[in-house]
Amino acid sequence: MVARESMMETYALLIAATLNAGTVLALAALGLLINEKAGIVNLGAEGLMLCAAIAGFAAVVHTGNDLLGFAAGMGAGAVLAAVFGLLVIWLGTNQYATGLALSLFGAGFSAFVGIGYVQEKLPPRVPFEVPFLADIPWIGPALFRQHPLVYGAVALAMGLIWFLYRTRTGLVLRSVGESPESAHALGYNVRRIRFAAVVAGGALCGLAGAYVSVIYTPLWVEGMVAGKGWIALALTTFATWRPARVLLGAYLFGGVTMLQFHLQGTGVDVPSQLLTALPYMATIVVLALISRNPAWIRVNMPASLGKPFQPGS
Amino acid sequence: MLQLEARPEASKLWVFASPVLALALTVLLGVAIFMALGKDPVRGLQMFFWEPIKSAYALGELMVKATPLLLIALGLGICYRSNVWNIGAEGQFVMGAVAAGGVALLADKETGRWIVLAIVLAGILGGMLWAGGVALLRDRFNANEILVSLMLVYVADMVLSYLVYGPWKDPAGYNFPQSKTFESVTQIPRLMSGSRLSVGLLIALAGVGLMWVFLFRTRAGFAQQVGGLAPAAARYAGFSSRKALWVALMVSGGAAGLAGALEVAGPIGQLTPYVPAGYGFAAIIVAYVGRLHPVGMVFSAVLMSMFYIGGELAQSRLGLPKSITGVFQGLLLFSLLACDTLVAYRLRWLRGRA
Amino acid sequence: MTDLTKRSIFKTVALSAVAAAAALTLFGCGKKEEAPKAEAPAAKVEPLKVAFAYVGPVGDGGWTFAHDNARKAVEKEFGDKIVTSYVENVKENADAERVFRDMAGQGNKLIFGTTFGYMEPMLKAAADLKDVKLEHATGYKTADNMRTYDSRTYEGAYMAGVIAGKMTKSNTLGVVASVPIPEVVRNINSFTLGAQSVNPKVKTKVVWVNEWFNPPKETEAATALINGGADVLMQNTDSPAVLQTAEKMGKRAFGWDSDMTAYGPKAHLGSAVINWAPYYIKAVGEALEGKWATSQSWWGVKEGAIDMVSVAADVPEDAKKKMEEVKAGLKDGSFSIWKGPILGQDGKEVLAKDAVADDKFLGGIMFYVKGVEGKIPGGK
Repeated sequence: MVARESMMETYALLIAATLNAGTVLALAALGLLINEKAGIVNLGAEGLMLCAAIAGFAAVVHTGNDLLGFAAGMGAGAVLAAVFGLLVIWLGTNQYATGLALSLFGAGFSAFVGIGYVQEKLPPRVPFEVPFLADIPWIGPALFRQHPLVYGAVALAMGLIWFLYRTRTGLVLRSVGESPESAHALGYNVRRIRFAAVVAGGALCGLAGAYVSVIYTPLWVEGMVAGKGWIALALTTFATWRPARVLLGAYLFGGVTMLQFHLQGTGVDVPSQLLTALPYMATIVVLALISRNPAWIRVNMPASLGKPFQPGS
Repeated sequence: MLQLEARPEASKLWVFASPVLALALTVLLGVAIFMALGKDPVRGLQMFFWEPIKSAYALGELMVKATPLLLIALGLGICYRSNVWNIGAEGQFVMGAVAAGGVALLADKETGRWIVLAIVLAGILGGMLWAGGVALLRDRFNANEILVSLMLVYVADMVLSYLVYGPWKDPAGYNFPQSKTFESVTQIPRLMSGSRLSVGLLIALAGVGLMWVFLFRTRAGFAQQVGGLAPAAARYAGFSSRKALWVALMVSGGAAGLAGALEVAGPIGQLTPYVPAGYGFAAIIVAYVGRLHPVGMVFSAVLMSMFYIGGELAQSRLGLPKSITGVFQGLLLFSLLACDTLVAYRLRWLRGRA
Repeated sequence: MTDLTKRSIFKTVALSAVAAAAALTLFGCGKKEEAPKAEAPAAKVEPLKVAFAYVGPVGDGGWTFAHDNARKAVEKEFGDKIVTSYVENVKENADAERVFRDMAGQGNKLIFGTTFGYMEPMLKAAADLKDVKLEHATGYKTADNMRTYDSRTYEGAYMAGVIAGKMTKSNTLGVVASVPIPEVVRNINSFTLGAQSVNPKVKTKVVWVNEWFNPPKETEAATALINGGADVLMQNTDSPAVLQTAEKMGKRAFGWDSDMTAYGPKAHLGSAVINWAPYYIKAVGEALEGKWATSQSWWGVKEGAIDMVSVAADVPEDAKKKMEEVKAGLKDGSFSIWKGPILGQDGKEVLAKDAVADDKFLGGIMFYVKGVEGKIPGGK
């Protein structure tokens, strides 16, 4: 008895939900991409996002202003990333261990700070629509009834493509990631550039975290980022460090969750655990495929990823 | 301004002063946190450093917590010394628990004590299998072991979830997601009555000894570390870095799987969705704070356990939030990483331009 | 990683040990006694120490929040005859046993464990803590010093269904369900039966999140249900995320476990709340008077444990009246929700005409009634 129109409508809504779910991942993964293009892996993304989530939530609770919430989230992300950057870039600590410490600390710290906010509610969220475009039948509800940040993520991806591949600064950033020694020899301050990349990336992860607690699920609960930081890390590799692929991958990963619930509603009997594990297994497969060819790796992965750099060493 | 200057050789003073300084920094920050929350800092520190060791029972519980941490950390130590970055010990722990649980479920009232050995072996094999996947992908496809092992953690969680919600669910359990409770014959033998401490502790301590001998007294151990840290030199000397990779992952996977088996056939006694307790990740910190040295890791495992148990006690006795444990653990590692710089670098005041 | 010689490491370790030992002696020589809790005024009888273990945070606005409210009611009722304390976020694994033992070690003589997953740890602890009385919520194993208690949440679900049946315009209801156990399946069925009693055309869709408390997942599940056509939602999970999602998408929903009106004022239709206070007061009273004995309690509207509160103003009068009738009937025992004829999903009778289901039947429900769509994960 399900009319064709309502089937279409359901798919339109599914697409809309996927865009929403994917935006968090896209923002975080694009931030991590900036880090990794400069050669730094920040395993602390999850902790960063959690601290940003509580910062953003608290800001909106106290001021009622969403923009301040996003700013607070970006600020929290930037500050924590700066600490990470100082340790890793100037003190030369091991990137992986430092990132893990950040993850652990961030999880505990955000839960700690957030205790007073657990029962708080935000002022009612205003539904956003792109005028005119939102009224197009089917495409309107599918694509144009999203929060501005969803479109922001798309713009960010495009902006990053332009920045990385069309501007001089982007070129310098990439060369720092490929060969810090050469960049240093050419006179660029490798450490400052890496630091800037880390802070910028952290700010974007922070924005993603604030989006989770201010827009996606406007509540505070400890651990609410629920692994999205780790998925974003996987996503960057899955997308072979290219912004457009990161965006598509984010929607893919985000969509799998929504698809799982959607399928349950229609009575299809796939074990939910299989669907939940799908993004992770897909990442492993992609990793295996792209890493197999060393030439391809050289082309895609920033060569100095994870390796420390000290001028004069 | 302050400048870091490389030392001509590693500072012996700071090698042993650095962890002490890191702990002192963490304690200092802890005191500040307690005071900011309006709690008595001395009582707070008591919760973390005195209560967990003040009685035989408390010590027993401390070691129950420390045993899996130590076991996993020992394996990770070999891994990291070989420059293999296994971040997925948590997944290997879970798969070890799953394998061990599977064997334990086969037991019935008539089964003999030998099943315990089978359970332990199954755990080791389960962990090895899971880590073997990581090794294979790095060996054949050159895939980054950090991401692969991390992704496999989530997959392992899903495997466990699938089993306890489905085929292995206790038929008499009102459809709750858990397996049957294991027959008492499967229980890992306890060290003494009145405590949950098991022979796992002895196994872990034996592991400490074995690791020390392997790393510092055998040619194989030497080859292992060189193979990982300097593949070119290794090739020249005839050491195989490929072998180093596999040995590292097999050992750490087996150790994590063993820890999983001991937990699930020990304090837990069944398979539930709550088996993954984050030990695999905490063990990374234990390994690092223990300077990747087996004896050091004994102390850091005990320290981390004190943080865990202290956090629990601080919650129930002082009303402090549970999340404080994560804060302290993170702070400790941060401080250690920062203080370690002083081993290789010296801080100097430079006048004039940077 | 920096180069470390073996001897240096040994020295590191030795010094750390010395430092740690020094620190320990310092603090150990400090105060050893416990800080006194809220002192009872000079009473001849020692106040009874009662402890509560919660699986989630007190501020979850749902399950744990309801338990903690009851704890506060008990404090108010008994004044200085008792001293209560709680530990939140106690995971349902090996750690729980340690928490219970520690509570007993701190002198607590009556301990409440508020989630199913504490069953085995509590049982193990009960074996050794013979002078402590343990109360386990929603479980099924007992001992001489351990008993179980539960609430008839399905009565709240039925009352919600009565309202939902009248309020739905699409005749599709949605349930965000947690874990596929009889309690939750029974609630889904009761919700549907209640709705069908006023609107035989309704269908119910179900989405399982496989967790009790995960606001982002609950949000996604609620979104999927609404996208699938449901316009009135119920939940069996512990956070207000479902209600919030309904508010955001312009649909209606019910609060669960606690009054959730504030989380979605426009969407809120009513909250099916659990009031643990009457049972907790009874349990503490029995412990104080020495009349505590092992048992299995299952309380509902009759005993004041379940209620439907804060019904929205725009619910039509006839629906409100019907709901009140049901409530009154449950209170005096004249009305039974699970009274035949009731049909299963396949149309066959699971309860014959006029037959009333007993607690055993209710405890084992693992089938959907007619009108509920889909399959129970892991069920028949």
